[in-house]
Order: sequence, then structure tokens, then C-alpha cells
Amino acid sequence: MSSAGTPETDTGVRLAASLIASPHAHGGNSVAQTMLRVKMALVPATVFGFWLFGWQSFFLWALTILSCLGFEVLALRLTGSKRIKATLLDGSALLTGWLLAMSLPPWAPWWVAVLGGLIAIVVGKQVFGGVGQNVFNPAMVARVALLVSFPVPLTQWVTPLPLSLAESPDFVHSLRQFLTSMPVPDAMASASVLGYSKTELSRGVDLLHSLYSVHAPGLSWLGSRAGSFGESASLLIFGGGLYLLARGIITWHTPVAVLAGLAIPAAIGHSVDPAHYLSATVHLLSGAAMLGAFFIATDYVTSPNTATGQFVFGLGIGLLTWVIRTYGGYPEGLAFAVLLMNALTPVIDRLIKPRILGRDRKGKPLTIPESGKA
Amino acid sequence: MGLMKSFERILGHNWGVHPADHKRPAADQPVRKLPLPPRVHLMLQQHVGAAARPIVLVGQKVKKGELIAAAQGNISAPLHASTSGTITAIGEITAPHSSGLPGMAISLDSDGEDAWIEMDVPANPFTLSPADIAERVAQAGIVGLGGATFPSSVKLNLGRRSGIDTLIVNGSECEPYLSCDDRLMRDKAGDIVSGIRLMLISTGAKVAKVGIEDNKPEAIATMQKAVAGFAEIVVVPVPARYPMGSDRQLIIELSGREVPSDARAADVGVIVHNVGTAYAVQQAICLGRPLIGRLMTLNGGAAATPGNYEVLFGTLISDLIALTGGQRSGTQGEIAKLVMGGPMMGSILPHTLVPVVKGTSGILLLDAREAAESDSEACIRCGRCIKACPMGLLPLEMSARIRNDDMDGASNLGLADCIACGCCAYVCPSHIPLVQYFYHAKGDLSERQRAVLRGEATKKLAQQRQSRLERAARERAEAAALRKAQRAAQQATDAAKEKEPA
Repeated sequence: MSSAGTPETDTGVRLAASLIASPHAHGGNSVAQTMLRVKMALVPATVFGFWLFGWQSFFLWALTILSCLGFEVLALRLTGSKRIKATLLDGSALLTGWLLAMSLPPWAPWWVAVLGGLIAIVVGKQVFGGVGQNVFNPAMVARVALLVSFPVPLTQWVTPLPLSLAESPDFVHSLRQFLTSMPVPDAMASASVLGYSKTELSRGVDLLHSLYSVHAPGLSWLGSRAGSFGESASLLIFGGGLYLLARGIITWHTPVAVLAGLAIPAAIGHSVDPAHYLSATVHLLSGAAMLGAFFIATDYVTSPNTATGQFVFGLGIGLLTWVIRTYGGYPEGLAFAVLLMNALTPVIDRLIKPRILGRDRKGKPLTIPESGKA
Repeated sequence: MGLMKSFERILGHNWGVHPADHKRPAADQPVRKLPLPPRVHLMLQQHVGAAARPIVLVGQKVKKGELIAAAQGNISAPLHASTSGTITAIGEITAPHSSGLPGMAISLDSDGEDAWIEMDVPANPFTLSPADIAERVAQAGIVGLGGATFPSSVKLNLGRRSGIDTLIVNGSECEPYLSCDDRLMRDKAGDIVSGIRLMLISTGAKVAKVGIEDNKPEAIATMQKAVAGFAEIVVVPVPARYPMGSDRQLIIELSGREVPSDARAADVGVIVHNVGTAYAVQQAICLGRPLIGRLMTLNGGAAATPGNYEVLFGTLISDLIALTGGQRSGTQGEIAKLVMGGPMMGSILPHTLVPVVKGTSGILLLDAREAAESDSEACIRCGRCIKACPMGLLPLEMSARIRNDDMDGASNLGLADCIACGCCAYVCPSHIPLVQYFYHAKGDLSERQRAVLRGEATKKLAQQRQSRLERAARERAEAAALRKAQRAAQQATDAAKEKEPA
């Protein structure tokens, strides 16, 4: 037998392409682009927050993000990563910082931002092995650690003082207040709706009286009320969430389940005993409900894989949040609820799997239907 | 069923992806016949099953359509000369596979005549018996032209034996860039319908459903016109969604039946054939022509004249490119990736000196822009791969296990059910080469399975040897004992004899 082909003499084109398995096409999606869209969805609420809470909230936001980026670089250096720049550019650390800032009191001092970044990135993410490996939502780990360790600065709310008003502190004044950790002036200190109602209830004043007294913090749809940086503009957060849904970054399962898990028990409780149970509207528009439903609970890494799993996960978060808010020691419980459900995520993923085509839910091959041959 | 389906749809399992199809303008070009190449190289293995066995000698003159290699075994296909000329070699040539490994081929120098052999044409093909049709299909060397290249006659016979009721004709052509099936349906609808009628006779199916993706309105219209007189054949437009052309997905779409994972389509009463196969059946039965060439798509950014071409099997890709006007000029004409088949499931070819085979539905000359690759990053568990997977698998979980060398874990998650359609890798924002992982794991698992079998065989041999040795030892011992007993008896008699006289 002789050789059939004579490649040496023929004029074939030899290719240097890497011999890699199919597909040889890609949808063009990337991690950085996904993260960028999430950030874009956060922009309206964030800008509105700057306007409401002034320069100090901007410093807090910027320093939290810088801290996250800094600790990310440090952690990657220590682990000997060769992809430091690429990892920074995927935008996940930046997003963690942003979400953490959104969950903090807008006038929190500088060290809260720095410490928050350290906990979120190093403890919450890098010790697990970096992006994609963490069990708990890094921003929520930091938020809860800060709240438990430093309850006073983490519950120091201020009345919104829009930048357009004359009383709003100027750049220099805000910077000094931010860096020197001066206590919030009494005149500006306020309480969030959830915190105030909890305090009043514990003093024996029921909701019917406390919420309608002159000193009660208002519940404004437009967000001009005391609360976390990202809490105040619930409607803008909601709008950002709709954008994420429209762009296919998230699906409806998690946010709808979180909001339903919170609103349904709230509505039932409120209809039974309005004096002791806040209404569903207050629950949905207060605290981190909207931010949590659309931006925190939907975190890919720490939530279940399947649509059904995500629905169960979301319901759990909503329900636990309501339970903690209503019966727990803290006025707000979303961060705790998220962490608890994060811990359950591997279990949910183990129990809820998609059905493989041609197999039943248990993974056994389907039986051949008799009617199929008829 | 309907309720469950809509429920699953609401819950969001919209499997598959919608890649940019890049089918036009190539699909709208009229079919061109590729000029005769100087030489063809016919691979002996261009179908699923055993390779064909050469029955010609070097130096022998053959006519176009003459049998040059016979089928071997139950699952195989014969091979015919794709043009007239002289056999110049029987030996190894680079196979059209990404490994670049060689395979056996028969090389044939064209005499330029392209003269057909005498053909046996039945007077009325539609009165042939079912078995006769299947036999003629087998003789013609017809295999599944959708890319699977499974010998068609085996499927026809299987269908008849299993008593199927529905023949599904796959005209979905869901791979981007490819348009040969589209073109064939537009130009040869009548012949395809004749082929379908013959396949209906041969399989005994009562109805044929032709599934065509709705991004091919011209093909749907022509086919609908062509089936007008035949109540048993219906054309069903299906949504354009990759991988609609995959057997199991198309069967669900057209018949509502789900093939159990350990069963064949025939077990639920259906058989799937490609439109190109139907056309080849018509050519073989009505005109007596064996399968010696096919319609295929040449496409991609670096192709100078993208379109559909009638190409003889064995034509080298380098000849194909040269005879169709070469590559585009300038940097765009640089081929960054040479793909046989579609971009989603096709394989990369190592160079252009490989021949066109029966399963070649297209050759893509992808330019640098089309072939751009990104570094893969860590999985962020976004779950897009899960939503895209048409089989309901968990690609991210399987790849995580494969990375940790936990092949059994991946296998437990359903690795064997993966059809390698590439949807997961297509949507992955981290650009993880998931299909590569799955191929690797499947290879590893089958290697291990072979090792287990080998181990068992060795063990069996060792046990046999052991028992053989034991038996030999036992026999030796018995023989020794026997000898000893005889000697003792002898001594006893000797002693007795000695005693006696005394």
C-alpha cells in the first residue's frame, strides 16, 4: 500500500488555530458586561441617594468601593494570582463594594467603609477561593459583621437633607465629618420606619399610635426618609430591577419570591392585628427589601441554580425577613435572611434539579409508553 | 401534556439558544456545481459502523458510481467512485477530524470524462417491496446526511421491525451558516417528496412530518406545494431555535413524544431522517445513482464565494477552495479557523488537505473576527448554561466535577445524556469550554470502562491459568500416586514371589 495523499507537494493551507472542541461561535456575553449592566441598574438609585444624603454619602460610597478593590488586589497578590488585572476588570469586587455601600447608613464614618471592604472581600469572598467560590453573599457578610460588631454607627440614621437645601453640609464640612467620625448632629439624627416602630412597640406604644404621631418618620414613595443609603429610593431600585429583568440578567423567580415571601405574611398579620403588624406596603418599601429582592438575593454565586430552586430560595428570604423584622431583636433582617438562605443553597441545589430529557425526576429512564406505538 | 408543557414554559425552561444564523446571503445563491477536481480521496470510514473494505486494485480503471469498497458487517456502508478514472493509491490520508490522525482512503485520478456506470432503474419504484427499497438504499451507500452518517438502510429496517407510525423528516437545519438543506428543499422539493414516499413504504410509517425552522419561509412554501397531493406527508414549520434539529428535540416538537434516555426513537414509534437523505434515497431508487456526492455549504468570512455547491466525495478542501474562487483578498481572507460542519457542533480541521465525506454538510472558512476567542474565567454560577441546555442537564456542576477529576460525579449528573450541542459554552459569560470538558470526561470514562473490561479479561485469563496449573499439579500428583501404588503393588507381588519358593 502506498501513501494516498501527498501533502508535501500539494498546496494545502496549514492552520495555527488552537484545536479546541466545538462550538466555534459565542453569544458574546461576558462576566464584565453582566456586572456592568448590574451597575447601570444601580446608577439611578445611587445618584438619587447622593442628592438626598449629600457629600458624605458619596465619600462613603467611593471609599467602600476603593476598599473592596484594594483588598481584592491584596488578596490576589497574597494568593499569587496571575490574573489580577483581569479579575479587577470583571467588576465583581466593585459591585460588591457598591452593594455594601447601598446597605450602610449614608453618614457612616470612614472606617466602616474600610472595614466593610476588608470583611466583604477577604472574609466573604477570597478565603473561599475568590469569584464564584464563596458560599455567602460578600456584601451581606460585611453588613452583618459590621452591624453585630458596631451596632451604634450602623444604626445611626439621618434625615435626608437634599443637596439643594442651604442646610446641607458642604464638601469640606462633609469630608471632615466623614474622616473624623464625628457623631451625627442631634438635629439630623432620625430613625428608620422599621427601627422606630420596633422601639415604640417595645415601649408599649402600638403601631396605630406610633406611626401616626408627629415625630414618626415618614414613609415616602419618593424616598425622602431616613434609612440606608440604598433604602430610601425603593422605587428607583425597583426600576433598576426591572431593567435587569428586561436585559435577561436576572429572571423573575427570585425577586417575585422574595417580595411575595415578605408581603404575604405581612398582609395576613396586618389584616389580623394592625396594631402590632406593619402593613405589606411598609415592609416592601422599607429596609433592604427592594435592594435585596433584585440585587442581593439574585447574586448568581450564592443562590440556587434552577428556576424552581430560586423560587424556594426567594420565598425563604422573604419569610425569614418578615419573621426577623416582626419577632426578632433587630428591626431589619434581610441581611440575616440572605445569609441563612445562602447556607441552604447547596441543599436546595441538591434537592431541586432539572429533569433530564428522557428521564424521570429521579433520573431513571422513562418507560416506553404503549400509546406511542399505537 | 399540554398543561405540563405550558407550565414548564412558564417556569422558564426555554431550552436552546438563538445564534445569529449567518445563512444569508449564501442561502439565496443558486446552487453551483463544483468543477471536476483532478483527484479524489475516498475515505473508507465515512459512516458510523465498520469501515468499508476495498475491492479495487491500484491501477484499475473505474466508472463513476462503480463500487470500490464493500460494506463489512451489519452496520456499515459501501463506497462508490465519485468520478471516472484510475485508482492511484489505497493508503492513509489525513482524516477530516480535529485530531489530524490519518485514515484509510482510496485515491482516484479523474480522467475528466466523469462517465457514469450502467445503472439499474426499476420501472415503477413505488411498487418495490419495503425490504427491496431498504436493500437498494444499502447498496447505494446512503447514510444520514444530516451529519450523523448512520447507515440509512439499517434505520429503515429498524423502523419496519419496530412498527413505527411516524417518519420525521428533519429539514430544520438549525446550525448557523449552513443552508444546503434549505437550498435542497427550495430546488428539489419534488424529488425529496418522492424520497419521503419511498421511505414511508420502506418503514411502514403511516405519516411523515417534515419539520422546517421558520427562518426558511421559501423552503416551507416550496415543500408545502410539493406535498399538496400527498395526504400522508405534512410540512410543519417549527420555531427557529438551536438545536431544534437534534433528534430528541425535533421528535418532541413534532410528535409530542419523549424518547426515554436508554431507548431509541423507534421505541416510541418514530424514525428521523434528514431531507438530504430523502433526496439521496430518491436518486438511488428512481435513477439508480449511488451516493457519490452531495450538496454542501461553503461559508464564512474568508470564503470568496459563499454559497451551496454540488461536490463529489473525496474532493480535497484545498481543491474546493481553489475551484470556488479561493479566499477573500487581504487580511479578511486569512482563514483563522477551518470548520467542517456548522459552528456549533462542527469540528476544526487541522489543514485543507482533507477530503469531503458523506457527512460534510458545510465547510466554514472563519476569519479572525468570527473565530475570536476569549480567555476563560472562573464560573460565576449564573446558570445560563442550565437554561440553555436542551437536555435538562447542569453543565456548570458537571464541569466543576470534571475539573476536580470526579468523573463519576459528572457521570451521576447525566454526562452520558449530553448531546454536545454546545449551547452551554455558547452562552457562558466566562467563556468556559464546557463541551471540551464533556468530551474529555466522556473519553476518560469510556477509557476507564475499557480498562475495567480489560482487567476483567486479564483476571479471567489469570484464573484460567491458575486452575490449569492446579489441574496439572493435581494430575501430576495423581499420576505419581498411581505410580507409587503400582510400584508398591509390584514390590508386594515381587516380595510374595520371593517368598513363595522359599
